[in-house]
Amino acid sequence: MTLRRRTLVLAGGGWLVLGVRPAQAALAPALVDAVRAWADTAAAPRTGRVRLEIAPLVENGNAVPISVKVESPMSAADHVREIAVFTERNPQLDVARFQLGPVNGRAEVATRIRLATSQNVVALARLSDGSLWQHAVDVLVTLAACIEG
Amino acid sequence: MATAVRALIHVPRQVRQGDIVEIRATIAHVMETGHRPDAEGRRVPRDIVTRFECELDGTLVFAADVYPAVAANPYFAFDLRAERSGTLVFTWEGDRGFQHRETAALEVT
Repeated sequence: MTLRRRTLVLAGGGWLVLGVRPAQAALAPALVDAVRAWADTAAAPRTGRVRLEIAPLVENGNAVPISVKVESPMSAADHVREIAVFTERNPQLDVARFQLGPVNGRAEVATRIRLATSQNVVALARLSDGSLWQHAVDVLVTLAACIEG
Repeated sequence: MATAVRALIHVPRQVRQGDIVEIRATIAHVMETGHRPDAEGRRVPRDIVTRFECELDGTLVFAADVYPAVAANPYFAFDLRAERSGTLVFTWEGDRGFQHRETAALEVT
């Protein structure tokens, strides 16, 4: 525990000194697999158009507010059909899947999620033309959700 | 669920035709993940909301498939382009036969 706490302090301190967050690391293979199973296509989602808003430093992993916004006119011809959220290191990687359409006017959803530990959270959007877009955010959690007791 | 289920719905009032409005819904639910042991070390069985839907006069306008990583008392916010007045019906389904339904009026001027 002491060691973990120290690591955390060091990690936090390091970021303060650098003033920037570490570069985006590659997503864990299990997460890539979960995303591929959802996507149902071999093509990898592109980065962009989706914006996942989540605090980079979370004190309580039991209820973390998130919102996902997608750049889309939400017209009959060009709209977001689905938004999905995955975590990298929760016991189950799926978080939620949202079904949308032109009737929504804006592609924006918000909810509150659990984070078992510090990890990447990924939001994905499936557009009406079949294209997939994603945004991953690396989140540092100081008090984990009591998912594993 | 022996006790009455509490749910909160927020629909803006005085909506003009063509406005895009935010709808918010929260329901009281433990969202037991199924990954937690109890005091004796036995796994507490999963008890979550698995599906949330909102319909406007019978047309699905938003749906969510929900997993244990959604926090207790699940909260969802989404947008809706208000074209006409109608009745919004919100439904939640979950483990152990959980079902709940709420309605709210959408008044478009």
